[in-house]
Amino acid sequence: MERLTRLTWTFFSIFTLLILCGASTADAAKVQPKQKNIIMATTTSTQDTGLLDVLIPLFEKNTGYFVKTIAVGSGQAMTMGSKGEADVLLVHSQAAEKKFMADGNGVNRRLVMHNDFIIIGPPSDPATIKQSKKAADGFKKISLSKSLFVSRGDNSGTNAKEKEIWKAAGIQPEGQKWYQQTGLGMGQTLAVAAEKKGYILADRGTYLAMKKNLGLDILLEGDAVLLNIYHVIEVDPAKWPKVNAAGAKAFADFMVSKQVQGIIKTFGIKKFGSPLFFPDAGKKVEDLGK
Amino acid sequence: MDIIFEGIKQALSLLISLDPEVMGITWLSLKVSGTATLISLFIGIGIGTAVALTSFPGRQIVVGLINTGMGLPPVVVGLFVTIFLWRNGPFGSLEILYTPMAIIIAQAIIATPIVMGITLAAMQQLPRKLQLQILALGATRFQMVWLLIKEAKLSLMAAVMAGFGGVISEVGASIMVGGNIKGYTRVLTTATVMETSKGNFDVAIALSVILLLFAFAINMVLTRVQQRKRPR
Repeated sequence: MERLTRLTWTFFSIFTLLILCGASTADAAKVQPKQKNIIMATTTSTQDTGLLDVLIPLFEKNTGYFVKTIAVGSGQAMTMGSKGEADVLLVHSQAAEKKFMADGNGVNRRLVMHNDFIIIGPPSDPATIKQSKKAADGFKKISLSKSLFVSRGDNSGTNAKEKEIWKAAGIQPEGQKWYQQTGLGMGQTLAVAAEKKGYILADRGTYLAMKKNLGLDILLEGDAVLLNIYHVIEVDPAKWPKVNAAGAKAFADFMVSKQVQGIIKTFGIKKFGSPLFFPDAGKKVEDLGK
Repeated sequence: MDIIFEGIKQALSLLISLDPEVMGITWLSLKVSGTATLISLFIGIGIGTAVALTSFPGRQIVVGLINTGMGLPPVVVGLFVTIFLWRNGPFGSLEILYTPMAIIIAQAIIATPIVMGITLAAMQQLPRKLQLQILALGATRFQMVWLLIKEAKLSLMAAVMAGFGGVISEVGASIMVGGNIKGYTRVLTTATVMETSKGNFDVAIALSVILLLFAFAINMVLTRVQQRKRPR
């Protein structure tokens, strides 16, 4: 009998402890009023650079909203938006964004900021792309020399840009031995490229943030096609009634506000020596990079 | 290699300084996975015992399904739970996607078949005659089941550890249904993935070390319960 009591007691105490833990978790989930939640789907680069860690707490403090940041590729972010599963998007995949808007999924697409894509690779530069000015020429040389190229392959904004350049170069890289797709985020794909000493198209922000561990150099930059432009889009509440339209608008307004644009302008200078993004609110896409 | 020592050093300094963010992430991991394990114990031991002690048509198929469920891939669970919890999905009105509750649900689904499968095996391993003996001594059905569960204690504690180990180390479902939201649904495993993709390998290693330390501590407690000498 004593054994029974002791065993029961042991189990009971473990259970109670765990139930208590569970209850407090449930409470924590309830504290946030429901209409206060905003689901913001964005690209990995905004999270991996640390920009959102600065902006989101500020927004939450200013407005009292609670932002659920879901960092996925731009492609997935827009899919979430087109299913009404996100309230606001911060993305960088121009062609896909235009289609998203044309399909009537979003309202109020606004320019937030830009930086640029760069082609990086091993310092030895076996394909000698360093002499090229045009991104498409660089890609051509990589394919001719059959040097390893590491691609995101995940329909992200970066991946979309990469495909655009391959198309401009008139090359079909998929299925080639020297072309490898990771299906991972920017940071992880950069790490793969560094390990294999391959060429890769990356956004400058993530590259600068990770530079210390990579051992890869910028080999081609400055081509107009390499502009990396971020827009904020509110998901259309007329199409998806459950969308938190007021919250989405507040967040989008916040992103183009003077205060945030000022933060973007200086973000990263201290840590990386140069800014990671250039604020562009109110400008036109055609005027960027001039 | 240096980076590993660097990481361990950082893990210790994060622990000693009680870094609030890391403490929050660790506490959330333990809470979420502990609750999920608890839920899986009730369902898993309950159904596992029932299936072990009864016979019915199609029983083999049920056992086969339970055993398959023990290897349920977390990402698959995550995907389905996400689709069910979508705002415009069947359980959308609950609004629990991207909350700790969603992670608990997904992890409970992952852990339940593990607990169930081990319970089933443990109960079937007990001698058949024990059941009859207990009943012959005048025990009620409930007392009989309770005594059998106690008899299988060693294996059942293993089920607890396997279930907990399965979910505390799981990342695929947590990142999908939780969203890895800072200060809200970020757990040790999803934080590790994120820090790795940011290139902060030292922080990622530190988080892994903390995860292993806590997993070890908890399993030590459970092992003590499991290995305790039976009083005569």
